[in-house]
Amino acid sequence: MPNILVFAESRGTELRKVALEAVTAARGLADGMGGGEVHALVAGPPGIAAKAAQVGQYGADAALVCENAAFARYARESVAATLAERAKAGGYRAVVIPFSSQGRDLGPRIAARLDAPIAADVIALSAAGDKITAKHPGYANKVIITLEVSGSPAVISVRPSAFTAKEAARNARSETVQPALDPGAEQVTVKEIIEGAKGKLDLGEAPVIIAGGRGLRGPEHFKLVEDLADAFGNAAVGATRAVTDEGWRPHSDQIGQTGRQVSPQLYVAVGISGAIQHLAGMRTSKTIVAINKDPEAPIFKVADYGVVGDVFEIVPALTTAVREAKKGH
Amino acid sequence: MKIAVCIKRTPDSESRFKIAGGSAAIDETGLKFDMDDFASYAVEVALQLNEKQGPGETVVVAVGPDNVQETLRKAMSMGADRAIHLKADAGVFDGLAVAKALATELKAGAFDLVLFGKYAFDTSASVVGTATGALLGVPTITAVSRLEIANGRGTARRELEGAGEMVEFALPAVVTIDEGIARPRYPSLKGIMAAKKKPLETKPAQLGSIRVAVKSMELPAERPPGRIVGQGASAVPELVKLLQNEAKVL
Repeated sequence: MPNILVFAESRGTELRKVALEAVTAARGLADGMGGGEVHALVAGPPGIAAKAAQVGQYGADAALVCENAAFARYARESVAATLAERAKAGGYRAVVIPFSSQGRDLGPRIAARLDAPIAADVIALSAAGDKITAKHPGYANKVIITLEVSGSPAVISVRPSAFTAKEAARNARSETVQPALDPGAEQVTVKEIIEGAKGKLDLGEAPVIIAGGRGLRGPEHFKLVEDLADAFGNAAVGATRAVTDEGWRPHSDQIGQTGRQVSPQLYVAVGISGAIQHLAGMRTSKTIVAINKDPEAPIFKVADYGVVGDVFEIVPALTTAVREAKKGH
Repeated sequence: MKIAVCIKRTPDSESRFKIAGGSAAIDETGLKFDMDDFASYAVEVALQLNEKQGPGETVVVAVGPDNVQETLRKAMSMGADRAIHLKADAGVFDGLAVAKALATELKAGAFDLVLFGKYAFDTSASVVGTATGALLGVPTITAVSRLEIANGRGTARRELEGAGEMVEFALPAVVTIDEGIARPRYPSLKGIMAAKKKPLETKPAQLGSIRVAVKSMELPAERPPGRIVGQGASAVPELVKLLQNEAKVL
């Protein structure tokens, strides 16, 4: 039975949500091919080993732990080489990684090192005979492409939130792994990380996203959106391209075809008309709420629940109501 | 500097798509095609670098069927000096195969810098640029929103999830370009005339075996129609109730 290697991405000394989703995707693929083992590679600074056992809860049979001080920052060539070397030595059928910022940089490097076919940004996976079938939204989410990948190993990157991390507890054995390439000898040197606001939830991980558009009329009114996010407690703040182009919000907050593509449990669009470019980045959200003064705005076509009217009146009322509802829990 | 820019021809992203009869491709009838947005940013970056830094050469490269030549001509009308068309009628969804064809060509060209868009609209995979860099074995920097080159070294800012990463590297290097870095120029009439006389070389793309194939394409399921809960702040209590009891997200 073929085994699957999965990259359990971490940030600092914590595993990321996308790591557990990738483990779930790998478990599903292994089970679809007869129940082989899933081995999860965790690479991080000293201290990450303590968290690596988590991968067992989601169906991994082994945690391969690679601790190195240099892994406090993303070491692209070293992590790619370590995954590729392991994939080669272990005879794995596939290498599954998250399609996160890191994963989209990493996947092609692993594929090139292994001379392996790669399917990126995958939302569904299955095995049929000697082929792996992967569904990938192309054309900015407007067309679902079913790809057939032949050859072993295959590199598969899975879209954040497309696979829900599912408990499938196993007692994962632990193995220590050395970097296949000295992370101190990277060709690309990281000089500085410019962090966004501290303690801010990442758009790719937040279960709730409150996004603001031009209907907010100015950067100072994003306070409304931030207050609503704060009331939920588990929400991140996003914005449309019009807003980030105006400089009201940082470029990294942009949700849409050319920005972040998100699928939270709840997406609240505040003062957003719903341009195609924006819809491409959020239409796969589970529940969509739209608040907009124009009843003809295209956002209402994709929204589960719409409220028509003045955002400056509705959003503060919603913030108060959400705070009340949260108190009742 | 000798700069190569790998570009792509893709349909207008605002289009409505239909699936063609065989169901493994989009129906191209009535679609407008042009240089991919991110590729056009990369072309602009290359032109500006060579304009600023004195004598250099900007070469545009594309893999695809004959119609990519119109995209290569457009890049030359913007100011690129010459073009290479690596002809391939199929297989462009196998990112590693495309990267191999490009790497073979680029290695022979001895470029100081190779630029790509961070992804192309159609395949939306972010594979080819990074894989090409890895195959060439040179520093490869992705999703770059700021780029400076001086004395054979580069400094770049990468856009990550909610953060930026400042990196340094030596040339030759491969860089994939994010949006916001440069506004692509429109070709001038003079540029369009000049492009007709610039060299465009065609040769077969060395894709190797194709291991990623499109089996089918379909349009995503429409979201079920939603409803307007109400008007103004008075609709808020009903909205909260629905979020709690129906959507169960609160």
